[in-house]
Amino acid sequence: MRYLPKSDSERREMLRAIGFDSFEQLFQAIPEAFRLKRPLDVPGPLSEMEIIEYFRGRAAENSRGYTSFLGAGVYHHHRSVVADALLQRGEFLTSYTPYQAEISQGTLQAIFEFQTLMCQLTGQEVANASMYDGSTALTEAVLMAERLTGRQRVLIARSVHPEYRQVLGTYAKNTGLRVEEFGFTASGQVDFDAVRKAASDQVAAVVVQSPNFFGVLEQIPALAEIAHGCGALLVVGIAEAVSLGIARPPVDADIIAMEAQSFGLPPSYGGPYAGVIATKDKFVRQMPGRLAGQTTDSQGRRGFVLTLATREQHIRREKATSNICTNQALCALAATIHLCLLGKQGLREQAEQNVAKAQFALAQLETISGVRRAFSGPVFNEFVMEFPRSVKMIDADLLKNKIIGPMALGRFYPELTKRGLVCVTETTTRDEITRLVEGIDRALKVPV
Amino acid sequence: MVPADCRYTKEHEWIKLDGAMGTVGITDYAQHELGDVVFVELPKIGAKIAAGQSFGTVESVKAVSEIYSPVSGEVAETNAMLGNEPEKINQDPHGAAWLIKIKLANPSEVNSLMDAAAYQSYIAEKQKETSA
Amino acid sequence: MSDRIKKVGRHVSQNEGLIFEKSSPGKRGMELPPLDVPPTDAAKALGAEYVRTGVEGFPEVSEIEVVRHFTRISTWNYAIDYGMYPLGSCTMKYNPRVNEFVARLEGIADEHPYQPVELSQGCLRILKTLENILIEVTGMDAVTLQPAAGAQGELTGLLLIRAYLESQGNPRKKVLIPDSAHGTNPATAVIAGYAVENVKSDAHGGIDMARLAEIVTEDVAALMVTNPNTLGIFERNISEIAKILHAKGALLYMDGANMNALTGIARPGDFGVDVMHLNLHKTFSTPHGGGGPGAGPVAMKKILEPFMPMPVVIEKDGKLNYDYNRPKSIGRVKAFYGNFGVLVRALAYALAYGPGMRQASEDAVLNANYIRKKLEDVYELPYKLPCMHEVVFGDARQKKNGVSTMDIAKRLIDYGFHPYTTAFPLIVHGALMIEPTESESKEECDQFIDAMRSIAEESATTPELVKTAPHSTRVGRLDEVTAARKPILRWKP
Repeated sequence: MRYLPKSDSERREMLRAIGFDSFEQLFQAIPEAFRLKRPLDVPGPLSEMEIIEYFRGRAAENSRGYTSFLGAGVYHHHRSVVADALLQRGEFLTSYTPYQAEISQGTLQAIFEFQTLMCQLTGQEVANASMYDGSTALTEAVLMAERLTGRQRVLIARSVHPEYRQVLGTYAKNTGLRVEEFGFTASGQVDFDAVRKAASDQVAAVVVQSPNFFGVLEQIPALAEIAHGCGALLVVGIAEAVSLGIARPPVDADIIAMEAQSFGLPPSYGGPYAGVIATKDKFVRQMPGRLAGQTTDSQGRRGFVLTLATREQHIRREKATSNICTNQALCALAATIHLCLLGKQGLREQAEQNVAKAQFALAQLETISGVRRAFSGPVFNEFVMEFPRSVKMIDADLLKNKIIGPMALGRFYPELTKRGLVCVTETTTRDEITRLVEGIDRALKVPV
Repeated sequence: MVPADCRYTKEHEWIKLDGAMGTVGITDYAQHELGDVVFVELPKIGAKIAAGQSFGTVESVKAVSEIYSPVSGEVAETNAMLGNEPEKINQDPHGAAWLIKIKLANPSEVNSLMDAAAYQSYIAEKQKETSA
Repeated sequence: MSDRIKKVGRHVSQNEGLIFEKSSPGKRGMELPPLDVPPTDAAKALGAEYVRTGVEGFPEVSEIEVVRHFTRISTWNYAIDYGMYPLGSCTMKYNPRVNEFVARLEGIADEHPYQPVELSQGCLRILKTLENILIEVTGMDAVTLQPAAGAQGELTGLLLIRAYLESQGNPRKKVLIPDSAHGTNPATAVIAGYAVENVKSDAHGGIDMARLAEIVTEDVAALMVTNPNTLGIFERNISEIAKILHAKGALLYMDGANMNALTGIARPGDFGVDVMHLNLHKTFSTPHGGGGPGAGPVAMKKILEPFMPMPVVIEKDGKLNYDYNRPKSIGRVKAFYGNFGVLVRALAYALAYGPGMRQASEDAVLNANYIRKKLEDVYELPYKLPCMHEVVFGDARQKKNGVSTMDIAKRLIDYGFHPYTTAFPLIVHGALMIEPTESESKEECDQFIDAMRSIAEESATTPELVKTAPHSTRVGRLDEVTAARKPILRWKP
């Protein structure tokens, strides 16, 4: 087998050196009754060519050739092949967690650069080296707020991604956290009155997402005031990171939980992505996740190490801030390289293109009779349209023309039937937007 | 070094009494075992603690140690200097690097603690164990 | 010394600053196609209060500078592509390149989790196929691919146990964990809402059976065991352990970190385990990438299936779909369906081997025992029972000259290897935990053995050399104390 670097004669030689004559003897420690007496019933073995054939076959059963207008937490953006070439260097791809700092300076410096970029983008003072994804980062941010305030109530906007809220629910069940939801208004932004009413000295955190699930930007400074007014922390989730290329950074928030997928990570059917927590220096010891810190060796040379490790599970064990061991190092590296390539100007331009495409798409869609914008609040690259009939029916028709249309919101928000979420990015062409509009127009003319 | 005017716990804390107030810290033996101290977590002023209960932690790079109170009482003062200079615990554990001052709820509790001589033998035993 | 070191190992000593230090206004590394719709004034479209002026301090560099920067710093890393990582319980095996290729295929990399199921049959087939393989390998009845890593898998496993016990009337209060366990185990138990009780190991490094029988009560929800344990030793009494737990209505959770010793040889489902997680970035070759991503699927017996995270992949008339109608489900532990890209790589690995996965386990155990045999006269072996895919030595002999496991590990770097795992498991004072994996040739094993023997000799004759190692790296031992006292966690202009 090509991955096994031993010949049978070498195996025999090594067995002899141990004093055995057969492989059987290596497994004597396992009671006879448990040893498998038959080969595993699994497909394979396949050669390299056959493996590629297999996956090409699966690829052909997916959505190749379709134009997608899906967003909702996962975004199609340009990715540079340069980043991919660098990522695939063996020194990055096949290296281990940088616990032995002297031979992991490449990884550690890259993490330090990532942390810096995340601070610059979010306007926060410190950022970690990544968590699994946006959903778990948000959950961890809430648990952090609970530890920092010693309080147990959490107010979370319904306009936070539904799956993010589900993940929080799973974790909250066993911690005594009481999670309460509050709604949104006709603007698509959160209902300020509802938050004000619910705020009390029992609240650990007010949690919102910006841009939210409907694509609408929230009023962060005003929300921070309400949260701080009752001694709670403001936690802001960000699912579409490119928005930070143009949107005011949420400096008034206490903890940011961001998904970095938009920075050079493929959609990859849901993962792997890279969540990030960014916060104020004073909260750093309650922040989970790995951290790379700058230091020197005995000769005064600059180097980097994993630091503040005592927050982590392998030391605290029962008292750890979180049980997370992994960070998404390779994903964070992909984001770092991508952002360095894009640079200050590139990110700005990309964000502006997203805004321009969205404004164009909005205007075009509103020319269709019966179709109108559902929420009045400011949007980045996603927005909700209201249709005169079921979005599912429109989408079924669009599929015939190889278009994956607006995402029907009814599945997540029962009161929002006939409303669909549309996402356009810098990768969406004018022609594609025009075809979407024509497609919807045609679909609406089909007799019911 | 084991100052004679203090009492000691099995968890290597010391307490020095001044009437109904006690000053608490960790011993030289403890700081030596811990290695370079990087961070200290202390309770809030006014916190009520029971004898044997943990009131904070001392961290080195690779380990965290709980600090247990020798007595029951209310925290009257905490050593603010340790926020910026945790290394003082390594340098002067019995003097400048005291951790908290506590108002004793039950001064007789001190009698069940080891005196300097007893603590001295206790750590001598411990040192024999680890080098065995 | 140089004639003793047979391996290629020097780092390129390139001086390379931070990317921010190369920045100059106006430079860029990536250009976008021109806008094909009318440009918009963002401040007008959104409102001035929603718009920022720019990202302060963001790098401005050209494409070649980015390429050089990351290429240069990559040369400071050790990697599997260079040589062995003898890290215990990490299973640093070869990361096959075909796995990278297939994960990047058009039609695999760009699929959106919310696209219609009819247009995702390929993705679902990948999930289902991997599920079936993992079920067969573990001897269990069902598997969830949702957890993003081992620790998340552990949490999922404990939440499943809790949900099951709740459905039986009492979730119970505590989880038993051997003192040899990895730190994620107790941390996870607490997050799952359980108290932790430590179980001492016996003189042979296994679970103390008499003690176990005493402490398993109806307050115990589960025992979290690693098998083989973190000493590399198979728990002979595992089915007895399962019986003791089951008799009191408790469950047996297995941390699957050491599956590399068992794949194709023995199946946890056959020896009494109720639920376990796998680390695909260990046993199934997905790349560590400097610390992640990974995946931690959880395999379980039938009794726990109703509580699985949702959605669940189901098949009907050759068509695959998601089942959201799971009223007893513990919910989601992560958005979407799991780290799909990692799952693709794991499947590619499994397909490459087929039933031959057994051979990989055999070679892994062979390598570990070979190394054990060749080093047991120079390093202390605290537990004498046969080991499987990893072996744990102690530094007692070298400690006589003041040389610790950490020093030996650092000196190993000079010989061209990554250190083994130091100071874990906690039950061995000064541990050297070595796992060579099946990816190591006899030549690599022999070089490792030579290096370790040489260091043992140095510890006796020239201990200072070992205590001040490494000597050949770009930076020496770094000041971790100052890094923790006064953390600098970002660049500032």
